[in-house]
Amino acid sequence: MQVVRLASETDFDGWRAAARRLRKTATPPETVFWTVAPDEVLMDGTPTGTAGEPADKGRGQSGDFRVSREFVELARSVVLHRSPERFGLLYRLLWRLEAEPDLIRIVTDPEVARAMDMAKAVSRAAHKMKAFVRFRRLEGVEPESYAAWFEPPHRVLERVAPFFIERFANMRFSILTPDATLRWDTETAVFGPGADPSAAPDDDALEDIWKAYYASTFNPARLKVAAMTREMPKAYWRNLPEASLIPGLIASASARTTQMVEQAPTQPSIRARKAAARLARDGSYDDVPQTLDEVVAGIQICRRCELWREATQGVPGEGAAQARLMFVGEQPGDQEDLAGRPFVGPAGQLFDRALAKAGVPREQTYVTNAVKHFKHEPRGKRRMHSTPDAGEVRACRWWLDSERRLVRPRVVVALGATAALAVLGKPTPIAANRGRAIPLPDQAQALVTWHPSYLLRVPDEAAKAKAWEAFVADLGMAWGLAG
Amino acid sequence: MTAPTLRRKLEILADAAKYDASCASSGSVKRTSLDGNGVGSTDSGMGICHAYAPDGRCISLLKILLTNFCVYDCAYCINRVSSNVPRARFSVQEVVDLTLGFYKRNYIEGLFLSSGIIRGADYTMEALVRVARTLRLEHDFRGYIHLKLIPEASPELVAEAGLYADRVSINIELPREESLSSLAPEKDSRTIRKAMGGVRLAIESGAEPARKARPRRFAPAGQSTQLIVGADAASDAEILDRSAGLYGSYGLKRVYYSGFSPIPDGSSRLPPARPPLMREHRLYQADWLMRVYGFGRGEIALDGGMLDLDIDPKLAAALRDRGDFPVDVNRADRERLLRVPGLGVTGVDRLISVRRYKRLTLEDVKRACRSLAKVRPFIVADGWSPGALTDSAGLRGLLPKERPRQLELF
Repeated sequence: MQVVRLASETDFDGWRAAARRLRKTATPPETVFWTVAPDEVLMDGTPTGTAGEPADKGRGQSGDFRVSREFVELARSVVLHRSPERFGLLYRLLWRLEAEPDLIRIVTDPEVARAMDMAKAVSRAAHKMKAFVRFRRLEGVEPESYAAWFEPPHRVLERVAPFFIERFANMRFSILTPDATLRWDTETAVFGPGADPSAAPDDDALEDIWKAYYASTFNPARLKVAAMTREMPKAYWRNLPEASLIPGLIASASARTTQMVEQAPTQPSIRARKAAARLARDGSYDDVPQTLDEVVAGIQICRRCELWREATQGVPGEGAAQARLMFVGEQPGDQEDLAGRPFVGPAGQLFDRALAKAGVPREQTYVTNAVKHFKHEPRGKRRMHSTPDAGEVRACRWWLDSERRLVRPRVVVALGATAALAVLGKPTPIAANRGRAIPLPDQAQALVTWHPSYLLRVPDEAAKAKAWEAFVADLGMAWGLAG
Repeated sequence: MTAPTLRRKLEILADAAKYDASCASSGSVKRTSLDGNGVGSTDSGMGICHAYAPDGRCISLLKILLTNFCVYDCAYCINRVSSNVPRARFSVQEVVDLTLGFYKRNYIEGLFLSSGIIRGADYTMEALVRVARTLRLEHDFRGYIHLKLIPEASPELVAEAGLYADRVSINIELPREESLSSLAPEKDSRTIRKAMGGVRLAIESGAEPARKARPRRFAPAGQSTQLIVGADAASDAEILDRSAGLYGSYGLKRVYYSGFSPIPDGSSRLPPARPPLMREHRLYQADWLMRVYGFGRGEIALDGGMLDLDIDPKLAAALRDRGDFPVDVNRADRERLLRVPGLGVTGVDRLISVRRYKRLTLEDVKRACRSLAKVRPFIVADGWSPGALTDSAGLRGLLPKERPRQLELF
């Protein structure tokens, strides 16, 4: 039997050096006994006994072998566990790794699973330490300084120290545990031996205020004691000031809830009753709009179809109030729905480029859509455009017709099939009808062409270039007709 | 009348804020105080819950109102103008001192500040922004800040709020459009949606690679909202449709579901009742399946528009779609494995990793997922086939009963 004496309870380097040596001499795990040197060896003391071989010695010699980074990280965590079997378990895994190089990935192996459980317990203890340390201010000490007494279930102080230093870099504090202590003076971290609870302050004036907050933020109608203790195990309670309130809060919860449920509502004060007298929020939207401003307001409260339910807002047209040329698109898209303006998304940007190419100043035209709310389907974290149906187009003609009546354009360009349906009142294929003026009942003329988003979707480059030329030509023709 | 003590104000204004379920401190950017003058740090991953109350809720942030005076009269709300609860108002300095005092003692991750509406939207929003500005600029506070946005506030104030806050939120509260106008007459869902749309645009423009020096990012931890469950007649189907729409439209990080809870001095328009905690729990599970497991809305099993209260939604879906089972754990792809009741994301990833090296037995599955009872009828493994069990009529009765642990009081 070989006895390995490590320098401290968390002496990972000592374990690694000894394990390497034992592995090299083919010492089977069942013949090794792992122990830790008595307490007089401090945390910063040098390793003693058989474990003290320099870590790099012998690298590359025959019989040496490499282990994955994963295993080293696992071992670093497992060493912080309080279980006395941890050093032996790690050496057994190391021993098995030679014949089973993928062992560490087989998380269903009982020994790997045990090590993983220990690492998980250590990781949880580290996380809970970040949560449950409670500092108390040292009374009468300037500059202000804080100290905490804490009892972690595993030896995680050094692992968690960087978290507290990054968070409280400009604050003087100490964390005292039974195993070790950390002191931070805003520049240097000093680790020392385990401490006694009496070394930390036993009160802080702000604790009463914190407890008042804890009690007030609790909702007695939702009592779930098991959910609380699962996340805040009782072992931590003795160092949490607020935990002393828990029994009383639980005991009174039922009566407090019953009282809230059964209590008759009180009469509102006069101040409240006066405030309650208010105008109806929504105006009528059945009157024929007399101005474009009325169109804008009306679209916001329109309920002529159901598309308002899932849309952010109605998107009215915009542009010159007396424009000679009006463009009608299909409906607002994702970006238009958020911004409340037509043709600002990807299709709108393409449209702007085509207008510029055709020499049409957008600000002298009026740009709107056949349907004023964005119709879409949620798809995961996105929303996908869906085409408005004939009923929705018909319902929304109330607004498009109002815009046409108020702007009185000479030429109306329908961009795409939905717009053509809305402007001409019947299905009108684009390819067969583009490039010619179609008379409208109100003396204006209509042109139909593609919707700019169609150009974005043409797959073949040559066809796309051709469609682009034709689209630009159509816009130019419309501007000429309107002139 | 003597002025209330700080402690009394805190009791009133924490009580007034606690019906907002959100307390998350997650999802922000990494910050430390190493290169600063104050205290505080945040992480890009999960937040920290510094305590748990006996209602099982995490206490991560100092969650308070600046004031619970409010001119609105929302029937479900403890702070509505017609309620006779005691009122209080914090000064900016009081909130700043409380936040820093709590933070330095490691009680909290930061501040979640909201307010009743007083003297108009901009006045209220400006007061909230002033607290955040003081913490960030005067004290170089680097902890987490969650600010409630007032939908009607001016875009300039909202933009400034987004610069100081890690997360912003606007609560929809009522799943049905019609109930908002009857129960919360001053709230306007159109204004709320426009504000949420504006926040999404601001977040996205901040996330794009900056051309010049990058300005501070707008609300790096995104936006969230809350729906109250059980205050109106909306079904689970309506609620899930509503949240699917919200996730898609505004890129929300979270939709919180809050079972309608009795409040002190409740409204006669909305009589108090015990909160529907199990229903709330099932909605969170269904939401999780859609967001994390990639379930389509149609895969969620609903009976008359409602989720099954007795079994979790994944098990309900599996019992309904039994033709898709059993799933062979040695061959099935990740998507199929994630649909097996009792197998979580971690368990599935473990199985996929291990099966590259060996054939999986029932014993392996047990170690990967901890409990076999729910899983067994729905899988095939080396040496195990459920046979007729998957299709047996009494399967539901054979599965372990989930203890209704939230209902222990009643």
